[in-house]
Amino acid sequence: MEYAHSIEHAEIVHRCFRCGYCKFPGDYVDFNCPSYKAFGWDTYSPGGRMWLIRAWLNDEIKASPHFAEILYSCVACDNCKDQCVFPKFKDFLPDIFQETKAELVTEGKIPPKVRDYFKAITVNGNPYKLPQAERGKWAEGTGLQEFTDQEYLFYVGCVGSYDEVGQKMARTVGKLLADVGVSVGILGSEETCDGNEVKILGEIGLFTKLAEDNIMKFKKKGVKKIITLDPHALNVFKKDYPKLGGNFEVSHYTEILARLIKEKRIALSAYKGKVTYHDPCYLGRHNMIYAPPREILKGIPGLELVEMRRNGVSAFCCGGGGGNFFTDILGGGENSANRVRIREALETGARIIAVACPSCAKMLTDAVKMEERENQLEVLSIAEIVGRARSR
Amino acid sequence: MYALEFDENVCAKCPSPDCLLKCQYMKWDKETAHGEMMKVVRGEDSRLLKECVTCYACEEYCRRGNHPFYLISERREEKGLYTAPRPITNQWINMTRMQGKQMVGKITDRVLSSCFIPALGGMVSGEIFKDLTGSIVFGAEFMCPAVHTHFAKMSVIKERLPMVMENFKKLGVKEVICLHDECYGTYTSIASAYGMEVPFKPIYYMDFLLDRLKELQDKIKPLNIKAAYQRPCSNRLIPDKHHLAKDIMDFIGVELPEREYQDENCLCCADILRSISGYRLANDVQQRNIEDMLKTGAEYCVFNCPACQSTLSEKVGKKGLKPIHIIDLCKIAIGEKGGAVR
Amino acid sequence: MSDIFKSLIEIVGDRGVSNTPEELWFYSRDPGVLAPHRPDYVVAPQTTDQVQKVVQLANREKVPIVPMGNGMALTGLVIPLKGGIVMDMKRMNKILEVNEKARYVVVEGGTSQGVLKAYLQDHYPHLRHSLPDAPPVTTIAANVALHGQGRLTQQYGFNSDMVTGLEVVLPTGDICKIGSPSLGPYWFSKGPTLPDLSGLFLGWLGTTGIFTKVGLKLYPNKKIREVELFVTDRVELVSEILYKLTHLEMLEDINVWFQPKPLMFKDNYHITIYFTGDTEEEIEFKRKMIWDALQGFIDTKDGGFMGLQFMKEMLLEMPQRGIADFADVPKGGGFEYSGPITLVAHFPRYAAKVIELAAKYDVLYASSARIISGGHSMMFSISFAFNRADPAMMNRVKNALDEATGFALEMGGIPWKPNFMEQKMIMEKMDPNTLKLLQMVKRNLDPQGIMNPGNWEVN
Repeated sequence: MEYAHSIEHAEIVHRCFRCGYCKFPGDYVDFNCPSYKAFGWDTYSPGGRMWLIRAWLNDEIKASPHFAEILYSCVACDNCKDQCVFPKFKDFLPDIFQETKAELVTEGKIPPKVRDYFKAITVNGNPYKLPQAERGKWAEGTGLQEFTDQEYLFYVGCVGSYDEVGQKMARTVGKLLADVGVSVGILGSEETCDGNEVKILGEIGLFTKLAEDNIMKFKKKGVKKIITLDPHALNVFKKDYPKLGGNFEVSHYTEILARLIKEKRIALSAYKGKVTYHDPCYLGRHNMIYAPPREILKGIPGLELVEMRRNGVSAFCCGGGGGNFFTDILGGGENSANRVRIREALETGARIIAVACPSCAKMLTDAVKMEERENQLEVLSIAEIVGRARSR
Repeated sequence: MYALEFDENVCAKCPSPDCLLKCQYMKWDKETAHGEMMKVVRGEDSRLLKECVTCYACEEYCRRGNHPFYLISERREEKGLYTAPRPITNQWINMTRMQGKQMVGKITDRVLSSCFIPALGGMVSGEIFKDLTGSIVFGAEFMCPAVHTHFAKMSVIKERLPMVMENFKKLGVKEVICLHDECYGTYTSIASAYGMEVPFKPIYYMDFLLDRLKELQDKIKPLNIKAAYQRPCSNRLIPDKHHLAKDIMDFIGVELPEREYQDENCLCCADILRSISGYRLANDVQQRNIEDMLKTGAEYCVFNCPACQSTLSEKVGKKGLKPIHIIDLCKIAIGEKGGAVR
Repeated sequence: MSDIFKSLIEIVGDRGVSNTPEELWFYSRDPGVLAPHRPDYVVAPQTTDQVQKVVQLANREKVPIVPMGNGMALTGLVIPLKGGIVMDMKRMNKILEVNEKARYVVVEGGTSQGVLKAYLQDHYPHLRHSLPDAPPVTTIAANVALHGQGRLTQQYGFNSDMVTGLEVVLPTGDICKIGSPSLGPYWFSKGPTLPDLSGLFLGWLGTTGIFTKVGLKLYPNKKIREVELFVTDRVELVSEILYKLTHLEMLEDINVWFQPKPLMFKDNYHITIYFTGDTEEEIEFKRKMIWDALQGFIDTKDGGFMGLQFMKEMLLEMPQRGIADFADVPKGGGFEYSGPITLVAHFPRYAAKVIELAAKYDVLYASSARIISGGHSMMFSISFAFNRADPAMMNRVKNALDEATGFALEMGGIPWKPNFMEQKMIMEKMDPNTLKLLQMVKRNLDPQGIMNPGNWEVN
């Protein structure tokens, strides 16, 4: 087949039936695709994107700014991959979206905010355009040491290093790990971007450079095991770095904490409260890690865990993935993902929404403010909750 | 062309036609029984050809190895008689047709055969099978066609069995561990009944299991449970192997309290009976069987055959018995997480 | 920016209207085989008021309007044949009211099947509605607007028979309540015992008004749902089998299907029999009755029940996700079907026709029939799969389907959700006075001819 553009999986794009299963979670309770929920046009749903990509491949439509916006409104939550009813190609949906974005990058047809994101990473090494030298500032006062030969590298990521909410989480997690005797070291100002978002957004060249630099650096320092703060980093280290020669044993901090609590190495006293847990897409759907955070919460005496209507594999994304954390293509409207999710959390009657990802933390914290519910719902990381429950 | 190697005189001179006298589905007296069997031998019409429900038991009851059930099936086919309805019979033939969709792992001299039953392939993991990991075959190309005896389609067996054995031969295997009684019964009982040469040594999986358990003796923690054993129809083709189920269970600390429907008097899972006869007979057989299990105070119902298991799991589960395959039971006994309870 | 566009923004807000090439391209087509036509605008209203204002604007400017759910009817009924406005109803997705004791629900014009199912499961688990096997994003309003069917059709008739009231925006812009809602706050009847005005809207494929609210009957949801599968290789026995089954008056859905692949289905006709109960006792009693009813066929060896261990979960799924798989068999993402309503006794003739058409047009077929109202009629679906990247194949499928519709008309059947060409075939065959009546109703309801034009038109 002759196509106007070249993407790896071009041969299967036409197989989408635009049946719409991808818009829903497994039990159809509400629309589970954040871009479709926010914008309401079928074009912003996964099936819509597939059909538009087919039109673009066949040169029936051009890659306009609107086309680019539709592509980049995807938050890469993987719900469509799970829900698509065509077993022979469902797994390639996210790949097709990413490959198309990569073509748009090559053709220079990306939204300005995405271009700015790449530029910031290229020039400053982070999307915040803040100095590299300040990357380790979050760790001040935590007592965390530079990585030399400790058992684990604690990898924090850009959000954890530079964003206020993310930094709080990084400090809490880092201190907790060190406190309970886990042998961790950090890279501090030597740490650089893991590249997960860069890859999803289609800048393959930049991603490859970031990854190769990281792999070389980790190997040089003798890093064998990594604990990540951010599930996005967990994802790219586990799934994409091996292909480039980077094979490390990667865990998310909740996996480590869950084990420590099970082994009774963290003494917990009662912390009363009603909490609900928000599955981060990159921990949950992408890497199928659902249990450890829940084990941690259930292990805290006095804490009542209630599940949101959509949880686990059908969890609704906070809207921070696919670069949207930085590009904010979804916008802050009533139907933007983070606000929908906070409303869902409030329905459980919980007073705390527990998060395990710094992007989720920031997105949901902002949403609580936008919904004007600061007095009813607190966004806390798993580590912070554990911290509050630790016996003195 | 293969023919059933059957000796008329053996039946003619039989002192006690246990094949029919012990039949659990038809009532006979000695006189009538012998006469009726001779009608079948001679190729005449007989109520046997209409009423036999294909439970395989007479293959075991016949002490003289004269294959009464295979004979009944042959005669049925000669006369164009169906057991299960014709569309169901044909469905089975179509469903098990070779289509080149086989799966062959990393074959060694010794191979596990999971026949055409995916559930079997799923069970062979862990310590017990560790030396055979990957040496496994699956597919219609390796399927023992014994099931077609239920449907009186011996011609399908005669056509396919040589091809199946040829497929094994082409792999160069020396030993085939049959994970299913029907497979082992095919390569022993059926093959020899039709004078077919078997180009490998068939090994019954329970022999292998017991050997492995003995090797792993130190790991065994006796389970100390009571169970009822669901003996499958195909075990009747290999009655000399029947004791192994109890031997294994003794070895791993599973008590099999005596029950009415055990050993020679066991009741089949009745799935085929349903197809052949209808709801009532199958339901009656299943109810009697399960009530008998419950009377023993058993906690578990132990299966040897995945077909029995998928037929009866839900039913025994509803009555409070935990369904489990004997392989999974062995895994639990050596401290491994037993496979999914179906 | 055109005046119309500006006016639309004023009505639905700037996120409620689009005329970008991308939206226009997408909304100009459906996943079936018919050619696309571009709309000028796509509009997604959120309230009845907005719908009304858009319709009023369309009347003023003489712009066509085509309402749509998710477009899964596949027969091009959401394609704007004369351009204009495509109105995507799916943002009106609420569930407005459940009257538990009267067993009805009132939903909006874009509420999806899936959302209603989930809502009932969460809040009224002892109630269910007649769920079709279409993907769950499809809307209740669209389904009843084209006389769709669902799991409860064998018991209770077409899904449109289950409507208990409507709120419709007429083509002239008036908002009209249909049935008991026109007299009071209850939604228990779509017509009786008044003159049944619902007939002016149900089955008209969006040419006589836009549904903004739909009342729908709910039914008892039993705790256990079970299935048996009866198989015969003699097509001429199918209607007798169905007659015996429907005589029991104790079944939920009955489907009859056949397809050449996978091999295990070859040459057989399969009858899926669903039944429900609240206790094991009820279920086993019904199961025994079903087996007894067909024992005669078992005895003659002409038919038997299949073992269902590995198919049961798939058969009991609601909606059946595997049905969409047929679209991918030619690795091409599509299928379309013709599903005429006909007498059960005609099953063998239709079955033969499917096989004949598949061979003639060299396309892959599947067929499934659903019994309606205890066997007074059945929906016989003739389904062909196509590869979307192969226009020649799509064309063959289209021709095969047209011939199927022609055949159905010859047999005295009624085509279901006909595309605009099949509508013309129907109107050509129709009793002339009936046709006159149909045209008179349409002309009077839609004097400007703006509602889904090109459909139910004689010219």
